[in-house]
Amino acid sequence: MNAVSDVSSHAIARARWRPAEIAFWMLALSCAFLFPSRYLIMTDILRLALFTLSLDLILGYAGIVSLGHAAFFGVGAYSAGLMALHGIINEPVIALVVAGLIAMVLGFLTSFLVIRGVDLTRLMVTLGIALLLEALAERFSNITGGTDGLQGIEMQPILGMFAFDMFGKTGFFYSLIVLFLLFLLARRIVNSPFGLSLRAIKNNPLRASAIGVPVNRRLIAIYTVAAFYAGIAGALFTQTTALASLDVFAFERSADLMLVLVIGGTGYLYGGLIGAVVFKMLQELFQTITPQYWLFWIGLVLVVIVLVGRDRMHRWALWLPNLIIRQIAGRKAVVAVPESDAP
Amino acid sequence: MTTLFTILFDGVAYGMLLFVLACGLAVTLGLMNFVNLAHGAFAMAGGYICAVLVNNSGWPFFAALPLAFVTAAAIGVLLERTLYRHLYTRSHLDQVLFTIGLTFMSVAAVDYIMGSSRIFIKLPAALEGQFDFFGVGIGRYRLMIIVICGLLTVALQLILSKTRFGSRLRAAVDDPRVASGLGINVPQVFAFTFAFGCGLAGLGGALSAEILGLDPYFPLKFMIYFLIVVTVGGSSSITGPFLASLLLGIGDVAGKYYVPKMGPFVIYTIMIVILIWRPNGLFGRAAAR
Amino acid sequence: MTIALETRGLEKSFGGLKVTRDLSLKVEQGARHALIGPNGAGKTTVINLLTGVLKPNGGRILLEGNDITDLAVHKRVLRGLSRTFQINQLYADLTPLETIGLAVSERLGRGGDWWRRMGTRGDVNQEIAETLGRFHLLDVMNERTATLPYGKQRLLEIAVAIATRPRVLLLDEPAAGVPESERHDILAAVAALPRDVTVLLIEHDMDLVFSFADRISVLVNGAMLVEGPPDEVARDPQVKAVYLGEAVHA
Ligand SMILES: Nc1ncnc2c1ncn2[C@@H]1O[C@H](COP(=O)(O)OP(=O)(O)OP(=O)(O)O)[C@@H](O)[C@H]1O
Ligand SMILES: [Mg+2]
Repeated sequence: MNAVSDVSSHAIARARWRPAEIAFWMLALSCAFLFPSRYLIMTDILRLALFTLSLDLILGYAGIVSLGHAAFFGVGAYSAGLMALHGIINEPVIALVVAGLIAMVLGFLTSFLVIRGVDLTRLMVTLGIALLLEALAERFSNITGGTDGLQGIEMQPILGMFAFDMFGKTGFFYSLIVLFLLFLLARRIVNSPFGLSLRAIKNNPLRASAIGVPVNRRLIAIYTVAAFYAGIAGALFTQTTALASLDVFAFERSADLMLVLVIGGTGYLYGGLIGAVVFKMLQELFQTITPQYWLFWIGLVLVVIVLVGRDRMHRWALWLPNLIIRQIAGRKAVVAVPESDAP
Repeated sequence: MTTLFTILFDGVAYGMLLFVLACGLAVTLGLMNFVNLAHGAFAMAGGYICAVLVNNSGWPFFAALPLAFVTAAAIGVLLERTLYRHLYTRSHLDQVLFTIGLTFMSVAAVDYIMGSSRIFIKLPAALEGQFDFFGVGIGRYRLMIIVICGLLTVALQLILSKTRFGSRLRAAVDDPRVASGLGINVPQVFAFTFAFGCGLAGLGGALSAEILGLDPYFPLKFMIYFLIVVTVGGSSSITGPFLASLLLGIGDVAGKYYVPKMGPFVIYTIMIVILIWRPNGLFGRAAAR
Repeated sequence: MTIALETRGLEKSFGGLKVTRDLSLKVEQGARHALIGPNGAGKTTVINLLTGVLKPNGGRILLEGNDITDLAVHKRVLRGLSRTFQINQLYADLTPLETIGLAVSERLGRGGDWWRRMGTRGDVNQEIAETLGRFHLLDVMNERTATLPYGKQRLLEIAVAIATRPRVLLLDEPAAGVPESERHDILAAVAALPRDVTVLLIEHDMDLVFSFADRISVLVNGAMLVEGPPDEVARDPQVKAVYLGEAVHA
């Protein structure tokens, strides 16, 4: 039957790799060779991209607004730091996964609070959990090093073979591989029936439950997965910078994260990656103008983005790429246009 | 026993302060379902205005307080008319992003103009120190706060229950759509309430400089407190937020006294328990639809 | 005859307002049962109670003899109870294909499947195609739901309920707001529902009710006024009074 093949091709289309996507990753890889002197900042971008990917999973796909996603980043960061510092797990990859899992457990436990109640309650709970963890880390400064952070972290070579170097080359490739693998996993997840049910819940939870979607269970699942991602991002941060201090939990980190995501656009996975690049460039720009007042500029960007309208901004952003693609390939849309956020 | 009373007294003062700071937020949230995370910025504005007037221009403290109210309210009206009103129909995410943006800008701007260190407002001598009341040490300043905030609360309750504006406001909070159907100009009611709420926050900011501390990071530090007051208290009346504020104030003070090492965790624990028990807050219906 | 759906002494109030009063209703297996009543009689509330969107203040609900009063919304769906909404409840950003696909996946218990991609299961695709075809949605299957004309959205609203393969289907004014030109498709879809599906229909259009139903319950002020076969209900003086009264008011 013709209709069936239509259905299957349309259904699969969303999950199919587009040329622009392949180009995107080739470009990311080629950066390693184009800018060999800038590994550190590029690693920074990759970490941020992974962290934002995590937020996109809950915000962009499931519609959970979080003011405290740094909680999981921080737990991952401290877990990795403590494991390395005390030689509990020396091999970075295993430590990375374990740190992610620890954050994941925390995510699972707190998800029950987060899924209850309305948006406002979620804001308070997510913010509250991050603040609570920050206060805990401060309280147990004998373990966490307090405001000074963990001192003297030394990383062992990855898989016992690739030592971290001072130019950050190893760190960069390590981060890039981790990001890519987790991106593939996320891509798989969002294009599955499970991912579809998340988008349905975000659009209309009432209808979702009325066709048999166990809404709470799905939200718990994705929140837990997102916590894992954030934990990995935090662990990468510690492993590649040998730092972990109280500010991993800071509210500003969670807020920046939202900014990164809305710059890039929600609900199509690349938003976090593109947003991270733009954000870091903005940061460099503003910091050369007025280093101390970075906060002001982030605020301004947020305000302007919202006033202009996120949809409109992304249409502008895609205007040029669309023009180019249309010249070359005679068709439209480089990346999927981000979904509008259901009010 | 006397320490218990002192804690209770300090806790009540703290709680009432929180109520004056946050009640505007509760009402605007109930009215427009608008999440305004920048509420603390108005409080900060009031606090700094008062500080400048008292410390630099030599105004008496009690003369500067009303001006803190008026200035914060004026800034509120200005922002409401120019910016906020475009966002009422937007998603909560947009509102959150926008108001966080405003908060950040206010923090950086105050930091730039006034410096980043904590500032103090010179208090009249009559307000300093404490006196003894049947063995219980009563701080004069805190007593004044309880009196002022108590009067304000009573006045608010009277305005809400007795005046024409109050009944319109209640109708609008109850169901904005029905209210506009009844010919109530909801946006106007909202603009006025918003300004008034900002004014109260400004006044609260001025009063709280002594107790909570005033620095450019005030709006960020107390964001969680405001959110707790509103979520735990609900937004269908001002009684809910009032009781929630008292609970928070007393809990926080008691926690910091009895288990100083675990101080900040006490309120978070209370909050979490309450939410598990009643996800939509202790009092009244869900804070947001 | 077996009873597919039953309520016993159902009660619901909003604050002081009683909207469901001691409602006992029996819907027989395979019936075409209509629930009618003036605006605000509490018909939609009954559906919300039956499906678990609202919790009753009292009374029990039984589906095929099993008590489902305390069951979560989604679990009732898996037990074979599905509904449409009076006001469309669709996924604005999803396509009809995705909407139906999700309903089918959930029914097959594959909704939590996070590894398999959508569109890779032949039997699911087959069923999606059939459902879309039956509701004339094939031509728009890849468009965002929000951009569809209202009539198509209304069809999708019914289609997605059908895609859960209910044994008992609750239709809340399926043709509400649909322009005359597109009404036919909806009515045909309702008429073509499989006979083994028990249907409880809420509708204001009396022509549709009397042509469709083999049993009618009249709800007034949240309480059951009359119940019986169509001709009996049509002749009932109380019902006439309610509807005439309404006609006079209108
Ligand atoms: N969530 C709610 N809160 C308060 N009152 C409600 C709520 N839902 C319904 N009501 C009230 O309950 C009564 C019954 O409403 P319901 O929607 O069940 O009527 P209905 O019979 O479906 O009417 P219609 O034919 O107009 O669809 C109405 O008076 C309505 O205002
Ligand atoms: Mg109805």
